Amino acid sequence: MVVQFLDLKEGLLIAFGAIRANKMRSILTALGIFIGILSVTLMGTAIEGLDRAFNKSISAIGADVLYVQKWPWGGGQDWWKIRNRKDIRIEHARAIERSADLVNGVSPIIGTARNVKFGRKVMENAIIVGTDEEFTTTSNVNVTLGRFMTNLEVSGGRPICVLGSEIAEGLFPSETPLGKTIKVGGYPYRVVGVLEKQGSFLGLQSLDNRVYVPINRFFKEFRSFRGGIEVWVKAASIELVPEAKEEIRGIMRKARGLSPKAEDDFAINQQEILVQTFNSFGVMIAGFGLFITGLSLFVGGIGIMNIMFVSVTERTREIGIRMAIGAPRRTILAQFLIEAGALSLIGGVIGVAIAFPLTLVIDQVLPTAMPLNIVFIALLVSVAVGVISGFLPAYRASRLDPVEALRYE
Amino acid sequence: MSTMIRLQNITKVYQMGEEQVHALRGVSVEIQRNEYVAIMGPSGSGKSTLMNIIGCLDTPTAGLYELNGTNVSEMNDNDLAKVRNKEIGFVFQTFNLLARSDVLHNVELPLIYGGVSSHERKRQAKESIARVGLTDRSHHKPNELSGGQRQRVAIARALVTRPSILLADEPTGNLDSKTGEEIMGLFDILHQEGNTIILVTHEEDIAAHAHRAIRIRDGHIERDELVTNRRVIQQAVHLSA
Repeated sequence: MVVQFLDLKEGLLIAFGAIRANKMRSILTALGIFIGILSVTLMGTAIEGLDRAFNKSISAIGADVLYVQKWPWGGGQDWWKIRNRKDIRIEHARAIERSADLVNGVSPIIGTARNVKFGRKVMENAIIVGTDEEFTTTSNVNVTLGRFMTNLEVSGGRPICVLGSEIAEGLFPSETPLGKTIKVGGYPYRVVGVLEKQGSFLGLQSLDNRVYVPINRFFKEFRSFRGGIEVWVKAASIELVPEAKEEIRGIMRKARGLSPKAEDDFAINQQEILVQTFNSFGVMIAGFGLFITGLSLFVGGIGIMNIMFVSVTERTREIGIRMAIGAPRRTILAQFLIEAGALSLIGGVIGVAIAFPLTLVIDQVLPTAMPLNIVFIALLVSVAVGVISGFLPAYRASRLDPVEALRYE
Repeated sequence: MSTMIRLQNITKVYQMGEEQVHALRGVSVEIQRNEYVAIMGPSGSGKSTLMNIIGCLDTPTAGLYELNGTNVSEMNDNDLAKVRNKEIGFVFQTFNLLARSDVLHNVELPLIYGGVSSHERKRQAKESIARVGLTDRSHHKPNELSGGQRQRVAIARALVTRPSILLADEPTGNLDSKTGEEIMGLFDILHQEGNTIILVTHEEDIAAHAHRAIRIRDGHIERDELVTNRRVIQQAVHLSA
């Protein structure tokens, strides 16, 4: 134990002595590791930032919302079986509304794509969403201008609509849309409100490119396709999500007339599932990204191996001396492993030190933060790269014949 | 006197490509504690090979080597390293100091590999440096020292573990004759203090310091005799307390 510790201490002293004695060479070698660690760290930080951005986006929709749908999120089940399920219908939404106690709001949702016109301006393929007055609750969205639809307008199927911010800007660049009548898929609708800008969800799909109309009106005018609706249910609180889910499940099973042994023929989705899907996808992206950046670290490792071979050859005589006065082979091995690890660690420390301010710059574009564990892992990885790269040269050093080594000029 | 080194019929064969080189062809010799022996011979005689085997840097192809009662001829690398560390103090022609380390660290080195604690190490190293009279140079690097001083550092390093034998390979080969005399004087004193010294040399003058001269030729012991007109230098080196 004492000997091992002495090995390490002596090894570190020798290592830093050797590194200091060959400053330029050491700096250039460490540079390879520095670049590798820098890119891996930045990649790790970017992945972490992406993750956070996702979680932020997803909680904006509301982590306490349950989505009663025909299709489960994330897939993985028998496609044909699900395909043949009965559609979710408005009656189911009403049943949940009537019977559920653990919920704050229930809104049926149905959508289709139509052109939206005002005068000569056209927004093509806007998403037309049929819903009811509780939509603002279940979707966590606020009205910036005017108001949302009322209970009376929904039940009476009035021709009024609420615009997403993008539609409002597109059709009414310079005037207020309130009170104006627009054409939605050819039918006239009076604008009563505009929703606040929600941004796009991870840049995939804009939530602002939408027109919200009373669901009863929607059924009359756009129900040209088969297919059901979905029901968004906001739980009474985030803690009650699991209970609310069970309650809704009971109501749905009853409404669908399922026997106790039958499987659910509907899905109650929640973000957790989406998060899981994202995570497994994210792991893939992260793995690929880290693999690519890891290549630069690999090149850095080759640099270390190379310079360690040079170092061992140059110091053959020193190795001979050490062996002659009693250094066992494993101590020589350890000495060069420590030297390679230390050299690499220097690169790693500089890499992390430079990556840190850089993440602050990246933070302006993509919200990131360099988590402490990435710093720690980066340093650990740099040492590991050094030790692995240094193994072959160090092994060669440890196998030298002391007689030959002492004779080396 | 007790037997320190017992070599029985030692042979060493090197494979040089196709050819087998017989460096030692059955060498048998005994060296007692506190003997002062010179091993002599022309280059290619096998004296370096013999020295490497005595110094446990190399193992014989056949034969028995007992060092201080222990059979070392069949030891593995690790145990040989231990024996070198504890039992043998090397002094080389080219000094073989670590260039980047100061005198103190050079002398400490065998104790580091011997696993001696830092405090004890420093104490013993300083003591050893004092014996060769270099206390005031403890923190100098080898390139700041003269050749004689470097060789004295090497001797301090060899002595620091209190080895069974001091093994000196042409210790004056890189020194001018005056400095060489100084170093030989130091060996004389170390011998008088009870150390066993083996000196490898081709110079008669140097060998004359020893009690006994073993002459090697073509892998055999040619002659093994007591030195008649010994030279002993009593006061050449100033030793501080």
